[in-house]
Amino acid sequence: MSLFLSVLTLSPLNYEYFAFDKINLFVILILLVTAILFFVLKARRGKTLSIRKIAGLEAVEEAVGRATEMGKSVLFVPGSRDLDDLQTLAGLSILGSVARMTAQYEARLDVPVNRSLVMAAGQETVKEAYLAVGRPDLYRPEMVHYITDEQFGYVAALEGIMVRERPAACFYMGAFLAESLILAETGNSIGAIQVAGTAMPVQLPFFVAACDYTLIGEELFAAAAYLSQDRRMMGSLKGQDVGKAVAMFAIVIGSLLATIVALTGSSFVGSLFRAFIRLFALNY
Amino acid sequence: MKKRVPLIIIFCVGTLFVLAIFLPFPPFPAMEGEVSVWFDILKGFAFVLGGGNLIRVTADKIRKGHPDRFYLWVTLVGFFGMLVVGLLQLGGPIAPGGDFTTEGLWFRRIYDGIFAPCMAAIFSTLAFFVSSAAYRAFRAKNREATILLIAAFVILLGRTPLGNSLTAWLPDFLNFLKIPWLFEKILMYPNTAGQRAILIGIALGIISNSLRLILGVERSYLGGERS
Repeated sequence: MSLFLSVLTLSPLNYEYFAFDKINLFVILILLVTAILFFVLKARRGKTLSIRKIAGLEAVEEAVGRATEMGKSVLFVPGSRDLDDLQTLAGLSILGSVARMTAQYEARLDVPVNRSLVMAAGQETVKEAYLAVGRPDLYRPEMVHYITDEQFGYVAALEGIMVRERPAACFYMGAFLAESLILAETGNSIGAIQVAGTAMPVQLPFFVAACDYTLIGEELFAAAAYLSQDRRMMGSLKGQDVGKAVAMFAIVIGSLLATIVALTGSSFVGSLFRAFIRLFALNY
Repeated sequence: MKKRVPLIIIFCVGTLFVLAIFLPFPPFPAMEGEVSVWFDILKGFAFVLGGGNLIRVTADKIRKGHPDRFYLWVTLVGFFGMLVVGLLQLGGPIAPGGDFTTEGLWFRRIYDGIFAPCMAAIFSTLAFFVSSAAYRAFRAKNREATILLIAAFVILLGRTPLGNSLTAWLPDFLNFLKIPWLFEKILMYPNTAGQRAILIGIALGIISNSLRLILGVERSYLGGERS
Protein backbone atom coordinates (compact mmCIF):
# COMPACT_ATOMS: atom_id res chain seq x y z
CA MET A 1 0.00 0.00 0.00
CA SER A 2 2.80 2.39 0.92
CA LEU A 3 4.25 1.71 -2.53
CA PHE A 4 1.12 3.08 -4.21
CA LEU A 5 0.84 6.01 -1.80
CA SER A 6 4.41 7.01 -2.59
CA VAL A 7 3.52 7.12 -6.31
CA LEU A 8 0.45 9.27 -5.65
CA THR A 9 2.39 11.79 -3.61
CA LEU A 10 5.23 12.02 -6.12
CA SER A 11 6.11 15.54 -7.16
CA PRO A 12 8.04 15.67 -10.46
CA LEU A 13 10.15 18.63 -9.38
CA ASN A 14 11.66 17.10 -6.26
CA TYR A 15 13.58 14.20 -7.73
CA GLU A 16 16.45 13.30 -9.99
CA TYR A 17 15.30 11.00 -12.77
CA PHE A 18 18.42 8.91 -13.16
CA ALA A 19 21.05 7.72 -10.66
CA PHE A 20 24.07 9.17 -12.46
CA ASP A 21 26.43 7.74 -9.85
CA LYS A 22 25.54 4.32 -11.28
CA ILE A 23 26.04 5.24 -14.92
CA ASN A 24 29.09 2.94 -15.13
CA LEU A 25 26.93 -0.04 -14.08
CA PHE A 26 24.30 0.98 -16.60
CA VAL A 27 26.87 1.03 -19.43
CA ILE A 28 28.31 -2.36 -18.40
CA LEU A 29 24.78 -3.78 -18.23
CA ILE A 30 23.90 -2.44 -21.69
CA LEU A 31 27.12 -3.92 -23.12
CA LEU A 32 26.44 -7.32 -21.60
CA VAL A 33 22.78 -7.35 -22.61
CA THR A 34 23.70 -6.34 -26.17
CA ALA A 35 26.32 -9.11 -26.41
CA ILE A 36 23.91 -11.74 -25.07
CA LEU A 37 21.04 -10.59 -27.31
CA PHE A 38 23.36 -10.51 -30.34
CA PHE A 39 24.37 -14.14 -29.88
CA VAL A 40 20.82 -15.26 -29.01
CA LEU A 41 19.56 -13.74 -32.28
CA LYS A 42 22.52 -15.17 -34.18
CA ALA A 43 21.75 -18.64 -32.83
CA ARG A 44 18.07 -18.17 -33.66
CA ARG A 45 19.00 -17.51 -37.31
CA GLY A 46 20.55 -20.97 -37.41
CA LYS A 47 24.20 -20.31 -36.61
CA THR A 48 25.72 -23.43 -35.02
CA LEU A 49 27.38 -22.71 -31.68
CA SER A 50 29.61 -25.07 -29.77
CA ILE A 51 30.28 -25.05 -26.04
CA ARG A 52 33.00 -26.96 -24.22
CA LYS A 53 32.18 -30.32 -22.72
CA ILE A 54 31.18 -30.20 -19.05
CA ALA A 55 32.04 -33.56 -17.47
CA GLY A 56 29.41 -33.21 -14.75
CA LEU A 57 26.62 -32.77 -17.27
CA GLU A 58 27.91 -35.55 -19.53
CA ALA A 59 27.58 -37.79 -16.47
CA VAL A 60 23.90 -36.98 -15.87
CA GLU A 61 22.63 -39.40 -18.51
CA GLU A 62 25.13 -42.04 -17.41
CA ALA A 63 23.89 -41.73 -13.81
CA VAL A 64 20.21 -42.01 -14.81
CA GLY A 65 21.06 -45.01 -17.03
CA ARG A 66 22.89 -46.69 -14.15
CA ALA A 67 19.91 -46.16 -11.83
CA THR A 68 17.64 -47.74 -14.44
CA GLU A 69 19.90 -50.77 -14.86
CA MET A 70 20.10 -51.28 -11.12
CA GLY A 71 16.34 -50.82 -10.69
CA LYS A 72 16.93 -48.05 -8.17
CA SER A 73 15.64 -44.51 -7.94
CA VAL A 74 17.14 -41.15 -8.90
CA LEU A 75 17.22 -38.55 -6.12
CA PHE A 76 17.13 -34.87 -7.07
CA VAL A 77 17.59 -32.11 -4.49
CA PRO A 78 16.92 -28.57 -5.85
CA GLY A 79 18.80 -26.80 -3.04
CA SER A 80 17.52 -25.51 0.26
CA ARG A 81 16.37 -22.01 -0.69
CA ASP A 82 13.09 -20.67 -2.00
CA LEU A 83 11.92 -19.86 -5.50
CA ASP A 84 13.20 -16.26 -5.26
CA ASP A 85 16.78 -17.57 -5.47
CA LEU A 86 18.12 -17.82 -9.02
CA GLN A 87 20.04 -20.99 -8.12
CA THR A 88 16.76 -22.73 -7.27
CA LEU A 89 15.38 -21.76 -10.67
CA ALA A 90 18.56 -23.10 -12.30
CA GLY A 91 18.10 -26.31 -10.30
CA LEU A 92 14.49 -26.63 -11.50
CA SER A 93 15.63 -26.13 -15.09
CA ILE A 94 18.07 -29.03 -14.68
CA LEU A 95 15.29 -31.03 -13.01
CA GLY A 96 13.29 -30.65 -16.24
CA SER A 97 16.10 -32.28 -18.23
CA VAL A 98 16.69 -35.03 -15.64
CA ALA A 99 12.93 -35.75 -15.56
CA ARG A 100 12.90 -36.17 -19.35
CA MET A 101 15.67 -38.77 -19.00
CA THR A 102 13.95 -40.64 -16.17
CA ALA A 103 10.76 -40.67 -18.24
CA GLN A 104 12.59 -42.05 -21.28
CA TYR A 105 14.48 -44.67 -19.26
CA GLU A 106 11.46 -45.43 -17.04
CA ALA A 107 13.56 -44.81 -13.94
CA ARG A 108 12.01 -43.77 -10.61
CA LEU A 109 12.44 -40.09 -9.73
CA ASP A 110 12.27 -38.72 -6.19
CA VAL A 111 12.39 -34.96 -5.54
CA PRO A 112 12.02 -34.07 -1.84
CA VAL A 113 11.85 -30.28 -1.35
CA ASN A 114 11.84 -27.93 1.62
CA ARG A 115 9.74 -25.06 0.22
CA SER A 116 6.10 -25.17 -0.80
CA LEU A 117 6.58 -22.88 -3.80
CA VAL A 118 9.50 -24.98 -5.04
CA MET A 119 7.25 -28.04 -4.70
CA ALA A 120 4.52 -26.44 -6.82
CA ALA A 121 7.00 -25.33 -9.51
CA GLY A 122 8.85 -28.67 -9.37
CA GLN A 123 5.64 -30.69 -9.84
CA GLU A 124 4.78 -28.60 -12.89
CA THR A 125 8.30 -28.99 -14.32
CA VAL A 126 8.34 -32.79 -13.89
CA LYS A 127 4.79 -33.18 -15.20
CA GLU A 128 5.56 -31.20 -18.35
CA ALA A 129 8.81 -33.15 -18.88
CA TYR A 130 6.94 -36.47 -18.72
CA LEU A 131 4.30 -35.13 -21.11
CA ALA A 132 6.97 -33.81 -23.48
CA VAL A 133 8.52 -37.26 -23.96
CA GLY A 134 5.11 -38.89 -24.29
CA ARG A 135 5.09 -40.75 -20.96
CA PRO A 136 2.38 -39.00 -18.88
CA ASP A 137 1.37 -42.46 -17.60
CA LEU A 138 4.60 -42.63 -15.58
CA TYR A 139 4.13 -39.26 -13.87
CA ARG A 140 3.02 -39.21 -10.23
CA PRO A 141 2.50 -35.89 -8.35
CA GLU A 142 4.18 -37.38 -5.26
CA MET A 143 7.49 -37.58 -7.17
CA VAL A 144 7.99 -33.98 -5.97
CA HIS A 145 7.01 -33.85 -2.32
CA TYR A 146 7.34 -31.39 0.51
CA ILE A 147 9.28 -32.30 3.69
CA THR A 148 9.76 -29.27 5.95
CA ASP A 149 11.07 -25.71 5.85
CA GLU A 150 13.47 -26.41 8.73
CA GLN A 151 17.03 -26.84 7.44
CA PHE A 152 18.18 -29.81 9.54
CA GLY A 153 14.76 -31.44 9.63
CA TYR A 154 15.00 -31.49 5.84
CA VAL A 155 18.55 -32.85 6.01
CA ALA A 156 17.48 -35.63 8.41
CA ALA A 157 14.64 -36.62 6.06
CA LEU A 158 16.99 -36.66 3.06
CA GLU A 159 19.53 -38.79 4.91
CA GLY A 160 16.73 -41.19 5.85
CA ILE A 161 15.54 -41.42 2.24
CA MET A 162 19.10 -42.06 1.04
CA VAL A 163 19.87 -44.75 3.60
CA ARG A 164 16.54 -46.56 3.26
CA GLU A 165 15.84 -46.21 -0.49
CA ARG A 166 19.53 -46.29 -1.53
CA PRO A 167 19.14 -44.30 -4.80
CA ALA A 168 21.72 -45.11 -7.48
CA ALA A 169 22.10 -41.48 -8.56
CA CYS A 170 21.93 -38.31 -6.46
CA PHE A 171 21.75 -34.83 -7.94
CA TYR A 172 22.22 -31.73 -5.79
CA MET A 173 21.52 -28.66 -7.92
CA GLY A 174 20.83 -25.27 -6.36
CA ALA A 175 21.73 -23.19 -3.32
CA PHE A 176 23.11 -25.16 -0.37
CA LEU A 177 24.32 -24.20 3.09
CA ALA A 178 25.79 -26.36 5.87
CA GLU A 179 23.84 -29.39 4.64
CA SER A 180 25.98 -29.79 1.51
CA LEU A 181 28.63 -32.04 3.07
CA ILE A 182 26.14 -34.05 5.15
CA LEU A 183 24.17 -34.91 2.02
CA ALA A 184 27.19 -35.57 -0.18
CA GLU A 185 28.89 -37.80 2.39
CA THR A 186 25.70 -39.79 3.03
CA GLY A 187 25.32 -40.24 -0.74
CA ASN A 188 28.93 -41.34 -0.94
CA SER A 189 28.44 -43.91 1.83
CA ILE A 190 25.63 -45.62 -0.12
CA GLY A 191 27.73 -45.78 -3.30
CA ALA A 192 25.53 -43.52 -5.43
CA ILE A 193 26.83 -41.59 -8.44
CA GLN A 194 26.67 -37.98 -7.28
CA VAL A 195 26.53 -34.84 -9.39
CA ALA A 196 26.35 -31.52 -7.56
CA GLY A 197 26.10 -27.93 -8.73
CA THR A 198 25.99 -24.74 -6.72
CA ALA A 199 26.95 -21.08 -6.89
CA MET A 200 27.71 -20.92 -3.16
CA PRO A 201 31.53 -20.59 -3.15
CA VAL A 202 31.85 -21.73 0.48
CA GLN A 203 30.05 -25.03 -0.20
CA LEU A 204 31.91 -25.88 -3.41
CA PRO A 205 34.94 -27.54 -1.74
CA PHE A 206 32.64 -29.90 0.15
CA PHE A 207 30.91 -31.02 -3.02
CA VAL A 208 34.24 -31.34 -4.86
CA ALA A 209 35.56 -33.55 -2.04
CA ALA A 210 32.54 -35.84 -1.73
CA CYS A 211 30.81 -35.95 -5.15
CA ASP A 212 31.83 -37.59 -8.42
CA TYR A 213 31.19 -34.45 -10.47
CA THR A 214 30.65 -30.83 -9.45
CA LEU A 215 29.30 -27.93 -11.50
CA ILE A 216 31.21 -24.91 -10.29
CA GLY A 217 29.36 -21.59 -10.12
CA GLU A 218 28.50 -20.46 -13.63
CA GLU A 219 28.29 -24.09 -14.86
CA LEU A 220 25.11 -24.46 -12.79
CA PHE A 221 23.49 -21.63 -14.75
CA ALA A 222 24.78 -23.02 -18.06
CA ALA A 223 23.55 -26.55 -17.32
CA ALA A 224 19.98 -26.14 -18.59
CA ALA A 225 21.26 -24.75 -21.91
CA TYR A 226 23.84 -27.53 -22.18
CA LEU A 227 21.39 -30.34 -21.44
CA SER A 228 18.58 -29.01 -23.64
CA GLN A 229 20.95 -28.05 -26.52
CA ASP A 230 18.50 -25.20 -27.19
CA ARG A 231 20.20 -22.89 -29.70
CA ARG A 232 18.93 -19.63 -28.19
CA MET A 233 20.02 -20.63 -24.71
CA MET A 234 23.43 -21.65 -26.02
CA GLY A 235 23.63 -18.27 -27.74
CA SER A 236 23.20 -16.55 -24.38
CA LEU A 237 26.18 -18.55 -23.06
CA LYS A 238 28.27 -17.22 -25.93
CA GLY A 239 27.20 -13.68 -25.01
CA GLN A 240 28.21 -14.41 -21.44
CA ASP A 241 31.70 -15.28 -22.73
CA VAL A 242 32.01 -11.73 -24.06
CA GLY A 243 31.45 -10.50 -20.49
CA LYS A 244 34.12 -12.91 -19.31
CA ALA A 245 36.57 -11.62 -21.94
CA VAL A 246 35.89 -8.03 -20.80
CA ALA A 247 36.45 -9.07 -17.15
CA MET A 248 39.74 -10.78 -18.05
CA PHE A 249 40.89 -7.75 -20.02
CA ALA A 250 39.98 -5.42 -17.14
CA ILE A 251 41.84 -7.63 -14.62
CA VAL A 252 45.01 -7.61 -16.77
CA ILE A 253 44.87 -3.82 -17.30
CA GLY A 254 44.13 -3.20 -13.60
CA SER A 255 46.98 -5.48 -12.49
CA LEU A 256 49.42 -3.80 -14.90
CA LEU A 257 48.46 -0.30 -13.73
CA ALA A 258 48.70 -1.31 -10.05
CA THR A 259 52.13 -2.88 -10.64
CA ILE A 260 53.42 0.22 -12.50
CA VAL A 261 52.17 2.50 -9.70
CA ALA A 262 53.84 0.29 -7.07
CA LEU A 263 57.16 0.18 -8.97
CA THR A 264 57.44 3.77 -10.21
CA GLY A 265 55.15 5.77 -7.91
CA SER A 266 54.05 7.79 -10.96
CA SER A 267 51.20 10.17 -10.04
CA PHE A 268 49.87 10.16 -13.63
CA VAL A 269 49.56 6.35 -13.73
CA GLY A 270 48.18 6.54 -10.18
CA SER A 271 45.32 8.82 -11.24
CA LEU A 272 44.75 6.63 -14.31
CA PHE A 273 44.54 3.61 -12.02
CA ARG A 274 42.04 5.31 -9.69
CA ALA A 275 39.88 6.35 -12.66
CA PHE A 276 40.00 2.77 -13.92
CA ILE A 277 38.90 1.44 -10.52
CA ARG A 278 35.97 3.93 -10.50
CA LEU A 279 34.75 2.40 -13.78
CA PHE A 280 33.82 -0.74 -11.86
CA ALA A 281 32.70 0.81 -8.55
CA LEU A 282 29.26 -0.35 -7.43
CA ASN A 283 28.15 2.94 -5.76
CA TYR A 284 25.43 1.32 -3.67
CA MET B 1 -2.05 -19.11 -22.21
CA LYS B 2 -0.85 -21.17 -19.25
CA LYS B 3 2.72 -20.20 -20.10
CA ARG B 4 2.21 -16.85 -21.82
CA VAL B 5 0.79 -15.13 -18.73
CA PRO B 6 3.71 -16.13 -16.42
CA LEU B 7 6.18 -15.13 -19.15
CA ILE B 8 4.57 -11.68 -19.50
CA ILE B 9 4.61 -11.22 -15.71
CA ILE B 10 8.29 -12.28 -15.53
CA PHE B 11 9.20 -9.88 -18.36
CA CYS B 12 7.41 -6.91 -16.78
CA VAL B 13 8.57 -7.50 -13.20
CA GLY B 14 12.14 -8.40 -14.25
CA THR B 15 12.52 -5.28 -16.42
CA LEU B 16 11.03 -3.09 -13.69
CA PHE B 17 13.45 -4.39 -11.08
CA VAL B 18 16.47 -3.87 -13.32
CA LEU B 19 15.35 -0.30 -14.05
CA ALA B 20 14.65 0.31 -10.34
CA ILE B 21 18.41 0.18 -9.66
CA PHE B 22 18.93 3.27 -11.83
CA LEU B 23 15.77 5.23 -10.98
CA PRO B 24 16.22 7.10 -7.68
CA PHE B 25 12.67 8.50 -7.27
CA PRO B 26 9.69 6.83 -5.54
CA PRO B 27 8.41 4.16 -5.67
CA PHE B 28 11.54 2.52 -7.13
CA PRO B 29 14.03 2.71 -4.18
CA ALA B 30 11.52 1.07 -1.78
CA MET B 31 10.28 -1.48 -4.28
CA GLU B 32 12.62 -4.33 -3.37
CA GLY B 33 11.66 -4.23 0.31
CA GLU B 34 7.94 -3.94 -0.44
CA VAL B 35 7.92 -6.81 -2.91
CA SER B 36 9.83 -9.09 -0.54
CA VAL B 37 6.96 -8.52 1.94
CA TRP B 38 4.52 -9.61 -0.80
CA PHE B 39 6.65 -12.69 -1.35
CA ASP B 40 6.56 -13.51 2.39
CA ILE B 41 2.74 -13.25 2.37
CA LEU B 42 2.64 -15.55 -0.65
CA LYS B 43 4.93 -18.00 1.16
CA GLY B 44 2.57 -18.01 4.15
CA PHE B 45 -0.31 -19.18 1.96
CA ALA B 46 1.91 -21.61 0.08
CA PHE B 47 2.80 -23.30 3.36
CA VAL B 48 -0.74 -24.72 3.45
CA LEU B 49 0.05 -26.29 0.08
CA GLY B 50 3.22 -27.89 1.47
CA GLY B 51 1.57 -29.08 4.67
CA GLY B 52 -1.29 -30.57 2.65
CA ASN B 53 1.16 -32.41 0.40
CA LEU B 54 3.06 -33.79 3.40
CA ILE B 55 -0.15 -35.17 4.96
CA ARG B 56 -1.39 -36.63 1.67
CA VAL B 57 1.89 -38.33 0.71
CA THR B 58 2.44 -39.69 4.24
CA ALA B 59 -1.15 -40.94 4.63
CA ASP B 60 -0.97 -42.61 1.19
CA LYS B 61 2.17 -44.49 2.17
CA ILE B 62 0.61 -45.65 5.46
CA ARG B 63 -2.51 -46.83 3.63
CA LYS B 64 -0.41 -48.82 1.15
CA GLY B 65 1.42 -50.54 4.03
CA HIS B 66 4.83 -48.94 3.45
CA PRO B 67 7.60 -50.80 5.39
CA ASP B 68 8.58 -47.54 7.17
CA ARG B 69 5.06 -46.80 8.36
CA PHE B 70 6.23 -46.43 11.98
CA TYR B 71 8.28 -43.35 11.00
CA LEU B 72 5.39 -42.09 8.88
CA TRP B 73 3.11 -42.24 11.93
CA VAL B 74 5.72 -40.27 13.90
CA THR B 75 5.62 -37.61 11.16
CA LEU B 76 1.82 -37.35 11.23
CA VAL B 77 1.57 -37.36 15.03
CA GLY B 78 4.33 -34.74 15.27
CA PHE B 79 2.69 -32.56 12.61
CA PHE B 80 -0.80 -32.58 14.10
CA GLY B 81 0.50 -32.50 17.68
CA MET B 82 2.46 -29.30 17.10
CA LEU B 83 -0.42 -27.81 15.12
CA VAL B 84 -2.92 -28.38 17.95
CA VAL B 85 -0.50 -27.28 20.68
CA GLY B 86 0.37 -24.12 18.74
CA LEU B 87 -3.16 -23.17 17.68
CA LEU B 88 -4.70 -23.70 21.12
CA GLN B 89 -1.68 -22.20 22.90
CA LEU B 90 -1.76 -24.98 25.48
CA GLY B 91 -0.02 -24.24 28.78
CA GLY B 92 -0.80 -20.53 28.71
CA PRO B 93 -3.70 -18.09 28.77
CA ILE B 94 -6.06 -18.44 25.81
CA ALA B 95 -5.35 -15.37 23.74
CA PRO B 96 -6.02 -15.70 20.01
CA GLY B 97 -3.19 -14.19 18.03
CA GLY B 98 -0.84 -14.22 21.03
CA ASP B 99 2.86 -14.99 20.78
CA PHE B 100 3.33 -18.76 20.54
CA THR B 101 6.99 -18.46 21.54
CA THR B 102 6.12 -17.19 25.04
CA GLU B 103 8.02 -18.96 27.88
CA GLY B 104 5.96 -21.72 29.52
CA LEU B 105 3.78 -22.57 26.53
CA TRP B 106 3.86 -26.24 25.53
CA PHE B 107 4.75 -25.20 22.03
CA ARG B 108 7.89 -23.43 23.30
CA ARG B 109 8.76 -26.35 25.62
CA ILE B 110 8.46 -28.94 22.85
CA TYR B 111 10.49 -26.71 20.53
CA ASP B 112 13.28 -26.12 23.07
CA GLY B 113 13.20 -29.62 24.58
CA ILE B 114 12.84 -31.87 21.52
CA PHE B 115 13.13 -29.99 18.26
CA ALA B 116 16.19 -27.81 18.96
CA PRO B 117 18.34 -30.69 20.36
CA CYS B 118 17.40 -32.87 17.35
CA MET B 119 18.50 -30.08 15.00
CA ALA B 120 21.75 -29.64 16.93
CA ALA B 121 22.38 -33.41 16.77
CA ILE B 122 22.02 -33.43 12.96
CA PHE B 123 24.26 -30.38 12.64
CA SER B 124 26.92 -31.94 14.87
CA THR B 125 27.25 -34.96 12.54
CA LEU B 126 28.95 -32.50 10.21
CA ALA B 127 32.15 -32.85 12.27
CA PHE B 128 32.39 -36.56 11.39
CA PHE B 129 31.55 -35.94 7.75
CA VAL B 130 34.26 -33.26 7.51
CA SER B 131 36.82 -35.79 8.80
CA SER B 132 35.82 -38.53 6.36
CA ALA B 133 35.68 -36.12 3.39
CA ALA B 134 39.05 -34.59 4.33
CA TYR B 135 40.60 -38.05 4.59
CA ARG B 136 39.57 -38.85 1.01
CA ALA B 137 40.35 -35.41 -0.44
CA PHE B 138 43.80 -35.02 1.10
CA ARG B 139 45.40 -38.25 -0.09
CA ALA B 140 48.58 -37.56 -2.06
CA LYS B 141 47.49 -39.49 -5.19
CA ASN B 142 49.08 -37.14 -7.71
CA ARG B 143 50.95 -33.83 -7.90
CA GLU B 144 47.83 -31.63 -7.58
CA ALA B 145 46.52 -33.64 -4.62
CA THR B 146 49.93 -33.39 -2.94
CA ILE B 147 49.97 -29.58 -3.32
CA LEU B 148 46.43 -29.50 -1.89
CA LEU B 149 47.52 -31.67 1.02
CA ILE B 150 50.51 -29.45 1.84
CA ALA B 151 48.41 -26.25 1.57
CA ALA B 152 45.72 -27.75 3.80
CA PHE B 153 48.33 -28.82 6.34
CA VAL B 154 49.81 -25.31 6.46
CA ILE B 155 46.35 -23.72 6.85
CA LEU B 156 45.45 -26.22 9.58
CA LEU B 157 48.67 -25.45 11.49
CA GLY B 158 48.28 -21.71 10.89
CA ARG B 159 44.90 -21.78 12.61
CA THR B 160 46.39 -23.23 15.81
CA PRO B 161 48.82 -21.79 18.41
CA LEU B 162 51.07 -24.81 17.73
CA GLY B 163 51.63 -23.55 14.17
CA ASN B 164 52.97 -20.24 15.50
CA SER B 165 55.31 -21.83 18.05
CA LEU B 166 56.67 -24.47 15.65
CA THR B 167 58.46 -21.94 13.43
CA ALA B 168 58.84 -19.01 15.86
CA TRP B 169 62.54 -19.82 16.35
CA LEU B 170 63.39 -19.14 12.68
CA PRO B 171 65.45 -15.94 12.09
CA ASP B 172 63.78 -12.96 10.39
CA PHE B 173 65.44 -13.48 7.01
CA LEU B 174 63.67 -16.88 6.87
CA ASN B 175 60.33 -15.24 7.54
CA PHE B 176 58.85 -16.79 4.38
CA LEU B 177 59.18 -20.23 5.98
CA LYS B 178 57.21 -19.29 9.08
CA ILE B 179 53.78 -20.92 9.29
CA PRO B 180 51.82 -17.66 10.03
CA TRP B 181 53.45 -15.99 6.98
CA LEU B 182 52.66 -18.95 4.71
CA PHE B 183 49.12 -19.19 6.12
CA GLU B 184 48.46 -15.53 5.39
CA LYS B 185 49.91 -15.60 1.88
CA ILE B 186 48.06 -18.78 0.85
CA LEU B 187 44.77 -17.27 2.00
CA MET B 188 45.47 -13.84 0.56
CA TYR B 189 46.71 -14.73 -2.93
CA PRO B 190 45.93 -18.17 -4.44
CA ASN B 191 42.74 -18.56 -2.39
CA THR B 192 41.43 -15.04 -3.10
CA ALA B 193 42.32 -15.32 -6.79
CA GLY B 194 40.46 -18.63 -7.12
CA GLN B 195 37.44 -17.35 -5.21
CA ARG B 196 37.24 -14.18 -7.28
CA ALA B 197 37.46 -16.13 -10.54
CA ILE B 198 34.50 -18.23 -9.39
CA LEU B 199 32.60 -15.14 -8.23
CA ILE B 200 33.08 -13.32 -11.56
CA GLY B 201 31.81 -16.43 -13.36
CA ILE B 202 28.82 -16.63 -11.01
CA ALA B 203 27.99 -12.93 -11.49
CA LEU B 204 28.06 -13.26 -15.28
CA GLY B 205 26.08 -16.49 -15.08
CA ILE B 206 23.43 -14.76 -12.96
CA ILE B 207 23.16 -11.84 -15.42
CA SER B 208 22.93 -14.19 -18.38
CA ASN B 209 20.40 -16.48 -16.66
CA SER B 210 18.29 -13.51 -15.52
CA LEU B 211 18.20 -12.18 -19.05
CA ARG B 212 17.19 -15.60 -20.37
CA LEU B 213 14.35 -15.64 -17.84
CA ILE B 214 13.23 -12.06 -18.52
CA LEU B 215 13.22 -12.61 -22.29
CA GLY B 216 11.49 -15.98 -22.01
CA VAL B 217 14.37 -17.82 -23.70
CA GLU B 218 14.73 -20.05 -20.62
CA ARG B 219 11.39 -21.61 -19.76
CA SER B 220 12.29 -25.12 -18.67
CA TYR B 221 11.26 -24.23 -15.09
CA LEU B 222 7.77 -23.75 -16.53
CA GLY B 223 7.94 -27.21 -18.05
CA GLY B 224 9.79 -26.49 -21.31
CA GLU B 225 8.49 -25.91 -24.83
CA ARG B 226 5.64 -28.42 -25.07
CA SER B 227 2.67 -26.07 -25.23
